[in-house]
Amino acid sequence: MDFRQKLESKYREILTNYLADRSEQALYQGQKLSRNAIERNIPPEEIVSIHRNIMAEMFPEKFNDRMQESFDILLEVMVAYGFAYREHQNLKHIQQELRTEMEIAANVQKTLLGTEIPCKKDMDIGAISVPAKHMNGDYFNFVEDENNSVSIAIADVIGKGLPAALCMSMIKYAMDSLPENRKTPTLVLENLNRVVEQNVDLTMFITMFYGTYHIDHHIFSYASAGHEPGLFYHAETQTFSELPAKGLLLGIEKNTKYRKYEKEVMPGDMIILMSDGVTESRTKEGFIEREELLALIEKNIHLKAQNIVQNVYKELEKLQDFQLRDDFTLIILRRNV
Amino acid sequence: MNINIDVNHNQNITEVTVGGEIDVYTAPELKKELIPLSEKDNVEMIVDLSGVSYMDSTGLGVFVGLFKNVRAHDGQFKIIGLSSRLKRLFEITGLADIIDISTKMEGEKK
Repeated sequence: MDFRQKLESKYREILTNYLADRSEQALYQGQKLSRNAIERNIPPEEIVSIHRNIMAEMFPEKFNDRMQESFDILLEVMVAYGFAYREHQNLKHIQQELRTEMEIAANVQKTLLGTEIPCKKDMDIGAISVPAKHMNGDYFNFVEDENNSVSIAIADVIGKGLPAALCMSMIKYAMDSLPENRKTPTLVLENLNRVVEQNVDLTMFITMFYGTYHIDHHIFSYASAGHEPGLFYHAETQTFSELPAKGLLLGIEKNTKYRKYEKEVMPGDMIILMSDGVTESRTKEGFIEREELLALIEKNIHLKAQNIVQNVYKELEKLQDFQLRDDFTLIILRRNV
Repeated sequence: MNINIDVNHNQNITEVTVGGEIDVYTAPELKKELIPLSEKDNVEMIVDLSGVSYMDSTGLGVFVGLFKNVRAHDGQFKIIGLSSRLKRLFEITGLADIIDISTKMEGEKK
């Protein structure tokens, strides 16, 4: 017996039972039957048709031609429901496919954009980057140079999700393909600006901060393309100040020039870099204030850089009820005492 | 999360008033309404954001797009009514140097 025949005999049984005693039990079996039929992709009009045939068989006299014909209308009406239902099934299927693809893409992105936090004996470095959705629109990358320096790039693609992630991969490869002697902060930004300007959508742009820490002289030189300003912690006075940096976003004007800034780093000093997901953290009471962020860092300042960034993230995540609105990236570079 | 967009054509000037929140959910609507307006030659557009309570970088993206479009069509683009928080966003991103974000209304100037 194929499923349709089984369905028909089961339906007949339920209908007969119900007409005999109008029991709840029969109604419940009807519900169960409909779930089975849905799983087997039986359209609703087919059930109506089964109902009509059985009724005609069971009550040849009472269920007359007029009554039978009335079911034609019901059948016709149910056809549309059947279509809608099949479409819904299709979409569910497509959605599942997309979700799987998205997960694969997120993994590919992780591999493509992966970077290792350098281990230098004079420095303590910590970094955390957490996407608000599947794909991270924030990006950071460490590069160690032969002349004992560590470079850090931190970028945020405006726009979120998949388009932002694709754009990020482009940036990463443009940056990797720059020759060694063109990797000063200003030249990196000027080169990337041209790449972005030519290649992205009108409303898409990128903020980026690029800095190089020269370990031999303890000088941090950097430039910014519209990126969220970094912070500097002076160990001696135990105070924070903003890392001044001005520069236009990447991808707006073709020939933008970027200014180079330099900062001398004393033992215990910290350079704190972030994406706007940190400063745009929103709680029920409003945005978190800069002071709150500084207080969080200060509270953890005795810890290793990696533990500081992790603890600050955890606390801000908690303040936002564990719902990130934006990708979150926080990086700390500290000169060891 | 809501956004109100009001467009007024006053002689040659396109006046846009935006209120509410501009974020990843509302930005597409803003983009759909405003981008076509920015694609006319010599368009003069003034956008009033004094009613905006929140804007994230997606919103900023829409204004960058508008600005680029208007400039490509030899027009003029201006944003007014920025709160201090929004003003900071334009300053950090360097956009304050290329987009006119004077806080005064047209006519008060000079």
